[in-house]
Amino acid sequence: MERVPILKIGDILLVSIQLDMSDQTAVQLQEDLAERIVATGCHGVIIDITALDIVDSFVGRMLSTIASISKVLDAETVVVGMRPAVAITLVELGLSLNGIRTALNVERGMELIAAARADEHEYQLDDDPDAETATP
Amino acid sequence: MTAGVDLGPQAQAIRSDEDVVRVRQLVRAVAVAVKLSLVDQTKVVTAASELARNTLVYGGGGSVEVTTVDNGRRRGVQIVFVDSGPGIPDLDLAFTDGYTTGGGLGLGLSGARRLVDDFHIDTSAETGTRITVTKWSR
Repeated sequence: MERVPILKIGDILLVSIQLDMSDQTAVQLQEDLAERIVATGCHGVIIDITALDIVDSFVGRMLSTIASISKVLDAETVVVGMRPAVAITLVELGLSLNGIRTALNVERGMELIAAARADEHEYQLDDDPDAETATP
Repeated sequence: MTAGVDLGPQAQAIRSDEDVVRVRQLVRAVAVAVKLSLVDQTKVVTAASELARNTLVYGGGGSVEVTTVDNGRRRGVQIVFVDSGPGIPDLDLAFTDGYTTGGGLGLGLSGARRLVDDFHIDTSAETGTRITVTKWSR
């Protein structure tokens, strides 16, 4: 079985799915990501699906599950790079991807995560000096 | 009669997760060969992925045959999924969005039907399930 690599960039885990995943590979990615979030203490996960030709209900469910798991582990998930044809097909398939944040590309995804973290810090009155620079 | 690559019928067994991936790749190749638009390619490959997974999970495995079809005006891709599983006892229920017996999202069958142009299903406890779908070029 092939495995999807997970890269750590600062406070973010970046997953760029470059292969046509079998269901087993998708489930493995879910587990690997949960472990990496805990091991690294990262607060953001970006899943880049630019290379995916299709997102069927299984992969859609995997994306929702990853978003839920990471939320429980105090990390934000953003799915980036969805192709227009994939978006059209997903809607017709009936998949709403509830609870998933999306952005057009990795850069915007990183901005979204930084903004979400900044909001949270403000709310918690955290005195983390990084929080201010992350505010847009 | 028609221009372009003419692929004969292509068969693929569905016995494992990896076979579902192979079905997607096979359907995409044929959809490209009959010059479906990118959106239609995406739709038919997605539908095939759902149905191939159903064949594996609910039908206990089976096979698929992918063929190019031509009705004189348009070309298309036709996919036949066959399994000798337990059949689908209540089709109306099975086509309801969100209904599942397998722990999935319950969108496979109903969603796949929305993504193709023609959808035909024969199912019984004795012979298993046979689903034929067709996507035509615009």
